[in-house]
Amino acid sequence: MTRHQRQIRRAQLLRIFAQGMLFLTLLMLSGIVIFILASGLPHINMQLLFGDYGKYPSIKPALLGTLSLTLLALVIAAPIGIGTALFLTEYTRTRSHLIRAIRIASETLSGIPSIVYGIFGYLVFAVALGFKYSLLGGGITLAIMILPLVVRSTEESLLAVPQSLREASLALGASKVRMIFTIVLPCAMSGILTSLILAAGRVISESAVLILTIGMVVNKMPESLMSPGTSLALDVYYFGSNGYPEQAAATGVVLLIVMIGINLLAVFLGKVFGKGELMHG
Amino acid sequence: MGKNAISVKDCNLHYGSVPALKNVTMDIRERKVTALIGPSGCGKSTFLRIFNRMNDLIESCRITGEILVEGNDIYASGVDVIQLRKTVGMVFQKPNPFPMSIYDNIAFAPRTFGIRKKAELSEIIERTLYRAGLWYEVKDRLHQSALGLSGGQQQRLCIARALAAEPRILLMDEPTSALDPISTGTIEALIMELKAEYTIVIVTHNMQQATRISDKTAFFLLGELVEYGGTQKVFSNPFDGRTESYITGRFG
Amino acid sequence: MRTIYRFIRARDSLMRGVFFACALFCLLALGCICAFLLMDGLPFIARVGAANFFGTTWNLHENLYGILPMIIASLYVTGLATLIGVVTGLGTAVALYKFCPKKMVHPIRQLVNLLAGVPSVIYGLFGMIVLVPFLREYISPNGVGYGVLAASVILGIMVLPTIVSVSLDALDAVPKSYYEGSLALGATREQTVFTVMVPAAKSGILAAVVLSIARAIGETMAVIMVIGGSPVMPESLFQSVRTLTANIAMGATELFGDAVTALVATGVVLFVFTLFLNISFSLLKREKA
Repeated sequence: MTRHQRQIRRAQLLRIFAQGMLFLTLLMLSGIVIFILASGLPHINMQLLFGDYGKYPSIKPALLGTLSLTLLALVIAAPIGIGTALFLTEYTRTRSHLIRAIRIASETLSGIPSIVYGIFGYLVFAVALGFKYSLLGGGITLAIMILPLVVRSTEESLLAVPQSLREASLALGASKVRMIFTIVLPCAMSGILTSLILAAGRVISESAVLILTIGMVVNKMPESLMSPGTSLALDVYYFGSNGYPEQAAATGVVLLIVMIGINLLAVFLGKVFGKGELMHG
Repeated sequence: MGKNAISVKDCNLHYGSVPALKNVTMDIRERKVTALIGPSGCGKSTFLRIFNRMNDLIESCRITGEILVEGNDIYASGVDVIQLRKTVGMVFQKPNPFPMSIYDNIAFAPRTFGIRKKAELSEIIERTLYRAGLWYEVKDRLHQSALGLSGGQQQRLCIARALAAEPRILLMDEPTSALDPISTGTIEALIMELKAEYTIVIVTHNMQQATRISDKTAFFLLGELVEYGGTQKVFSNPFDGRTESYITGRFG
Repeated sequence: MRTIYRFIRARDSLMRGVFFACALFCLLALGCICAFLLMDGLPFIARVGAANFFGTTWNLHENLYGILPMIIASLYVTGLATLIGVVTGLGTAVALYKFCPKKMVHPIRQLVNLLAGVPSVIYGLFGMIVLVPFLREYISPNGVGYGVLAASVILGIMVLPTIVSVSLDALDAVPKSYYEGSLALGATREQTVFTVMVPAAKSGILAAVVLSIARAIGETMAVIMVIGGSPVMPESLFQSVRTLTANIAMGATELFGDAVTALVATGVVLFVFTLFLNISFSLLKREKA
């Protein structure tokens, strides 16, 4: 074989290797999902979903916990995140140092591991503010965690709004605030909604933060936001490591279904709103 | 002799350290159409955007000199830009209707200034659409999206939208350059009608258009005002050799 | 009319203030996180002494807080997971790029994106009820399934979606003309991809690697479900150990006395690691741009 032929041969082997890896990736990723579905689906029943936690475990407290954590985190992170993105995109003319600092802060925040957020939440809410373990503390910590995500994707949606629309509204005598609320935000709405939904997904799948902030009390319904609680993801961990593998898999299926639903909703929103809105880009 | 709507004295404008306008002095007559012509990048659009302070949006832009609109220095401190932009309307190169209904597009400016009553708004909408020659085409679909209109209709909608703010001066930045010849004709006819009530300053690339619709023409080259006078005079008997070269098509 | 302008101006500056406050909040949040961690963590390290804190024994009852075993375990797991993830993920990306039926590319990408959203506890659960028993029965020489290998495999799979989609983006960003130019010179498709396109996408691929390192070192839940949790020096792939993240999460269930501050100090160390990775990631991104 000549050197040239050997080179061609080697590249072909690499190609076969790459194709094998593609196959392996698909096999592993879908294998995990299929396995969880197969071992969890048969164990989903009314007792698990909506029963009282007694002799048999139930995820009713987790459903309530996940719902309240998600709403809490979004209610806090959405206005602050959107406000920050508006400040960064619509008012960047002055104070460029400040803008840079905010960018760096938000990038750094997005890189912090969630367990570090957890320990921060524990120090601030459970200890310093004296909340003990509470849904409120967990929700606020999660809000801070998703803030960079909301800021970044809102910024992208805002930047996609054509400059010509901003100019048109300003030229008509609109103030900046009126321009933002009547033109810029409505045009960017689908992108912002999509990013909020994805942020909700991040909250729902999170568990490391919650171990340290809401306490993983799996067997009691939370009475208020100041009560300790649990979430779907925490329940998966709890059931898994406390000898209920079937319930863990069933809870995992519920979690997966919620996540897939959320992703589909995001795609759907993007399609529905995305059309006809920014026609003249 | 009419009054001056706009009066510019020794205006210099820089983007960063790059000069874009050099010592421009020029008076613009009330209720006349004034055309600004010149090759691309000569500063005519920049000049137009001085009068409603749209250059404020560009960070590195610095302006010196005295710019009076209806006798008031618009770059003095304490000037309300919003009030200025209500007096000085603008129509852009590419039709840019908002992605909302025709009705809401026109109602945008009146609502900005606190008009909320339905009857009042409807009256303004009918009047301005009529004024812009669009009423009969759209009166049955006022609540449909403005993006469904043709390019020419969109541009007339933008003119109507500007008129709804009740300006006295109308700036037009190459308003027909994105349109087909028929729509261009309609818009030109509209401009001729509007000049009875409004002072119109129009930037155009199209010299035939300038001769067809303007009373006075200003020729810009490399940030300088080379020649300014009656349109007839500028095109038939220019004072400056560079103007002649440009209008006869030797460059630009 | 006058009052309307005054009202508009007032509303404008008010809202500007509101947006500004929101932006400040982001700065403040980062400041608070740093302040709380450092204020609690650094004095602790100073008090027990760096030799103790970076020592080899973690025993809360004897006031020994050595996190060296956790650092080592974190590095092992991260390194091995990244190796697994990058080899598989990069191969997958290249196959998706040119060596896969065109019709399949889009659905596979969608699927991979969807899988990127699978919560990490699901991966952990899979590891716990499938991978660990499998390793114990068939692979492990000592009858232990928990440990570095199990954690690495799970994390390696977990970071796959990220690696695939970031490196595929990087490959897609390479100008098509390179490909055509190389083919025109007589190279085969395979040669072109491996000797021209992949090297041209180098910095983007490197960014994917850094990103996955950051995810692997920061991951908690998937790890604690398969790693065992004994705070000892890792000496084998099949042995119950603890990573930095696992130390914080597992310590949380045994909070007493100085234990909390020890966990905070562990958090500081983790924070420093990820900060370093973030900076390298931004530098790589800047270089690419």
